[in-house]
Amino acid sequence: MLKLQEVHQKFEIGTVNEKHILHGINLTVNEGDFITIIGGNGAGKSTMLNAIAGSNQITSGKIFIDNIDLTNAKEHQRAKYIGRVFQDTRMGTASDLSIEENLAIAYRRGKARGLKVGITQSERKMYKELLTSLDLGLENRLKDKTRYLSGGQRQALTLIMASFHHPKILLLDEHTAALDPKTAKNVLDLTVKIVGENKLTALMVTHNMKDALKIGNRLIMLHKGNIILDISGEEKAKLGVSDLLKMFEKASGEEINNDRMLLS
Amino acid sequence: MSFFIGAIAQGLLWAVMAIGVYITYRILDIADLTAEGCFTLGAGITCKLITSGLNPFLSTGIALVGGLLAGLCTGVLHTKLKIPALLSGILTMTGLWSINLRVMGKSNIPLLREKTIISLLESLGFEKNYAAIFSGLILTAIVILFLWWFFSTEIGYALRATGNNKNMIRANGVDTDKVTILGVMLGNGLIALSASLVAQFNNFADIQMGVGSIVIGLASVIIGEVVFGKRTILRSLIAVALGSVLYRIIIALVLELGLKTDDMKLISSILLAVALCFPNIRNIATRNLKNSIQRGGK
Ligand SMILES: Nc1ncnc2c1ncn2[C@@H]1O[C@H](COP(=O)(O)OP(=O)(O)OP(=O)(O)O)[C@@H](O)[C@H]1O
Ligand SMILES: [Mg+2]
Repeated sequence: MLKLQEVHQKFEIGTVNEKHILHGINLTVNEGDFITIIGGNGAGKSTMLNAIAGSNQITSGKIFIDNIDLTNAKEHQRAKYIGRVFQDTRMGTASDLSIEENLAIAYRRGKARGLKVGITQSERKMYKELLTSLDLGLENRLKDKTRYLSGGQRQALTLIMASFHHPKILLLDEHTAALDPKTAKNVLDLTVKIVGENKLTALMVTHNMKDALKIGNRLIMLHKGNIILDISGEEKAKLGVSDLLKMFEKASGEEINNDRMLLS
Repeated sequence: MSFFIGAIAQGLLWAVMAIGVYITYRILDIADLTAEGCFTLGAGITCKLITSGLNPFLSTGIALVGGLLAGLCTGVLHTKLKIPALLSGILTMTGLWSINLRVMGKSNIPLLREKTIISLLESLGFEKNYAAIFSGLILTAIVILFLWWFFSTEIGYALRATGNNKNMIRANGVDTDKVTILGVMLGNGLIALSASLVAQFNNFADIQMGVGSIVIGLASVIIGEVVFGKRTILRSLIAVALGSVLYRIIIALVLELGLKTDDMKLISSILLAVALCFPNIRNIATRNLKNSIQRGGK
């Protein structure tokens, strides 16, 4: 399914600020995997997702989806395989466009766009039914610009958009981190539901250890641009937060010093 | 009252120019100075072709193509060569000065007895200002209807989203470079189209005539939006066209007060500055109003 081979990411190469962020990531994601990703601030989690999505061109290594080499494909060319939800709730939708226009744009992800009408009547009906079934209070607001939605509603909407047409990979980068606890839980529940019902393959970055353990079938931990932990199935299911902390300390040789990770 | 009719005529001739500026400035969120050179280009091409005996409608069409190409240049500089939008526009604008001189062959081309769209209407019995109003209205209406349709297509949606949130639209599979180029072309095509009509009304093209046009376009956009609203695309397009007319009326009134045409550019700038800060002033004013209501009587 998704394969990263020896992926290195450097920034500002050749300047005094040169940074080596990803240190040869090797990762094979199997069809149907729901992987949670944890790691301290600056570990390279977002950078890894950006590398997969093509927002950054990687410095060396290779990226495959379904054995298609996408290493040199541009972000918009990879979009047909990838659905994305960002941490910033404003990133996932075009805020001056209405809910239905955003949905219609996402519905055409990876398809050629032409001079056909941007949204058809049957789509409108479909979107309305979809939103009604999700009970977000959005089904009567299809013409509202997304700037007027709450952060949680925008994330839910982005999630729906990202999961249209069964993307090969769903990338979730701390998509609940900017929300209040109750909303975060709702969006997380929706995530689990959508991924489960559509049997999606997903990578989800989170700072919440409990969520990372509870959700998905596999967990990886990033530290200084390396995957230092990769556990799945039974092993993951048995793990508790304290085990995870111990494993982190053993694997990294460091005390955990990340407030956000500890607190949650 | 004749100054009033004249102002409406000018406003309608320039309405399409304002709509062109609206596309780059509002839809794409780019301050594109190509307009300054592009306006002269449209006028220059038109007068050159008309004086060479070409049909005025065809000349107008070719002016439109010239504008599209100017936009293509800026768009490519910006997206493919990664030059900031403002600078890309300045580069094209500056380069166009020389190109315009080459196209025109001299710095001023008068239209003497040549057939123009305006003169054709006059020969049908229209008074000149009414000929301008009539042609300006028709052109503006066609442009608005076209854009209203265009912005409701798949590509139109992509264009609007590109100006709004590049991350989002890329993540949805759109090549934002292509779409941005298309938008800048469209905007500048319309600017040249408007300039073509303006030249046919003024009966000349002059190398200087684009200078300050971006300020006029922006002022029209902002005045239009402030006064007539911007809830939907169609509403905005109509508002911008009306803004262009309103701008001319304000200018005409100021001139009636005794200021000279030499003061025009200063007045345009002041008007734009006022229009730009108007939403802030309004916010402050409503806040003060609310506060004083809350304090009510204390
Ligand atoms: N485009 C870029 N240019 C330069 N540096 C970058 C760029 N993107 C990321 N970085 C740097 O890479 C490092 C890792 O960032 P990244 O966002 O991947 O961390 P993260 O694991 O997602 O952390 P967080 O938990 O804070 O989100 C940071 O030091 C960041 O400054
Ligand atoms: Mg991050």
